[in-house]
Amino acid sequence: MLAAIAFYVFSTVTVLSAVMVVSARNPVHSVLFLILTFFNSAALFVLLGAEFLAMMLIVVYVGAVAVLFLFVVMMLDIDFAQLRRGFLAYLPIGALIGLLLFGELVFISWYWTVSPDAVGHAGNPTPVGMTNTEALGRILYTNYVHVFQMAGMVLLVAMIGAIVLTLRHRVGVRRQNVSAQLARTPAQAVELRKVQPGEGL
Amino acid sequence: MTDVQLYIDATSFAPELALAIGAMMLLLVGVFSGDRFSETITWACVALIGLTAFFVVTGGAGRVLAFNGGMVADPFGRFMKLTVLAGSALALLMSLEFLRDEKLARFEYPLLVTLATLGMLIMVSANDLIVLYLGLELQSLALYVLAAFARDTVRSSEAGLKYFVLGALSSGMLLYGASLIYGFTGSTNFDSIASTIGASGMSVGLMIGLVFLLAGLAFKISAVPFHMWAPDVYEGSPTPVTAFFAGAPKIAAIALFLRVVFGPFAGAQHQWFQIIALISVSSMILGAVAAIGQSNIKRLMAYSSIGHMGYALIGFAAASPAGVQGVLIYLVIYLAMTAGTFVVIMMMRRNGQPIEDIAELSGLSERDPTSAYLLAILMFSLIGIPPLAGFWGKWFIFLAAIDAKLYWLAVIGFVTSVIGAYYYLNIIRLMFFEAPAQEFEKPLGTVNAILLAGSTAFVLFFVVLPAPLVAAAQVAAQSLFK
Repeated sequence: MLAAIAFYVFSTVTVLSAVMVVSARNPVHSVLFLILTFFNSAALFVLLGAEFLAMMLIVVYVGAVAVLFLFVVMMLDIDFAQLRRGFLAYLPIGALIGLLLFGELVFISWYWTVSPDAVGHAGNPTPVGMTNTEALGRILYTNYVHVFQMAGMVLLVAMIGAIVLTLRHRVGVRRQNVSAQLARTPAQAVELRKVQPGEGL
Repeated sequence: MTDVQLYIDATSFAPELALAIGAMMLLLVGVFSGDRFSETITWACVALIGLTAFFVVTGGAGRVLAFNGGMVADPFGRFMKLTVLAGSALALLMSLEFLRDEKLARFEYPLLVTLATLGMLIMVSANDLIVLYLGLELQSLALYVLAAFARDTVRSSEAGLKYFVLGALSSGMLLYGASLIYGFTGSTNFDSIASTIGASGMSVGLMIGLVFLLAGLAFKISAVPFHMWAPDVYEGSPTPVTAFFAGAPKIAAIALFLRVVFGPFAGAQHQWFQIIALISVSSMILGAVAAIGQSNIKRLMAYSSIGHMGYALIGFAAASPAGVQGVLIYLVIYLAMTAGTFVVIMMMRRNGQPIEDIAELSGLSERDPTSAYLLAILMFSLIGIPPLAGFWGKWFIFLAAIDAKLYWLAVIGFVTSVIGAYYYLNIIRLMFFEAPAQEFEKPLGTVNAILLAGSTAFVLFFVVLPAPLVAAAQVAAQSLFK
């Protein structure tokens, strides 16, 4: 009963905030609604027993992607009113495409046959006596360890690429040199002067 | 999987591990020592590639599956790995002088080439759709960055961006195909896919998946109709990068292509034959015709490479060990020919600027007779004049096509070689029968001169001693048809 109430609350908020993402006038509000959508979807994942996915959704999407969106929206001066002009003119064709896609989805689900094995798997998503995260980790670091490492290499290349293409060493920039700072002695930094009364330096 | 199993699996992929660990170590060296040591790091990367090749050669024989069947080490893989490694090493060596002249010598360059090579080795040993995709992405991502390596010039940035966007599109198609194949066979493993197709044939969904997968792969070898990126990217990228693009990545993509059509889809030969034949014919025709109007030598090489990929695809269509053997021999010879040609293209500099106009080669025979004669030999080989190596590459492929009763494919191949001869001969005409253009800035450097002499020697003397390559290619091709 409680789970059902929670499901309806979370899914209603998810759908409503998703609608607000596309209809909010202020782009910053859109992104904030997007974050709300992510949080509620994460809650739905928790209800499904997929706590690892829920946490990943928050860490990756809220922590990185949405914040990046927020930066982009706030830093780039985009006239969203201009972008949205002609919304009504394109509405019919957009609705038509949406309807087509929906029709295709219905068509697929009509002919969908669920494998008998799948029902069994869905009832027992993880091996008995093991949390979701542990089960994922066990398979990721054993059967798929090579794939995991390759994905790491792909990310390494992405990082090198970003640095190669964008990092520029400007001349005349004063950088902090910690060892030089630490090596300074009072003798180098402070000078004692005898100041006579009534006279300046 | 136990620890012992993991250790055994890892040892059968010693080349990949050595390359990955070595690249990461050299990355650290580069970060701490800076760009002053970029040439040292380039030589270190070449040595690392040599070490990797040593591991490939000394690795066990036969067919070894590892990582739950996700990766495979077999004679075919070893042959392709050695070819890819040779291509990368050549590209690194010929880049040294150009990058120094262009003030592009940064330590990331050899490392990106090495990491792209790692991706290629993974592609060559893929036995699973996930591994296939990751290898391809690792290679492509490094290549996108390399295309834009001269980041202060508009053309290079444009080339990188264009390659990135179109490459992402092709990866999307490939992934779409892979997901359909997974959905309709229930496995990402090549062996399981093969047995599913063997048991229940090709369904429509699987067919669509295959078409998308092949479209994604055809993009990587720049076969028509997925070739549109090649001329622009070849032209815009710095010349050593173009030389690299024309060699190793194409070879790795062809290897992956061969693995896919003769591995999981061996039972669907009737279906993929039509696709391969179509892209082969259209690549040969476009490669021959579109190159005629080009005045930029790098664009010309792009079209030439499209045409050569078309010839290689004839060997696929033959669908026999002899056909695959032809493809392998063709690729090795193609690598040697393009490497030599690009060395000469890199020599074309004046006033501290690289020049790329074909007309600048006018009268090269008077200004620099040695280079002119060597380039002429390479051009004759690219046309396929006997007894040069280029002829034998085509010979093995056409022979396989005739054995498979694909006479029309061999005839089209022959006709397009004759048409394509026009633009290669045009370069020879310019070099020998036109008034000399202005001198180039300087003659070839030592390393590049050795590379040019070496590739020409290979092309000239292949006919004297073809047996080692032909025999190795035969063993490799046969291992693909288990």
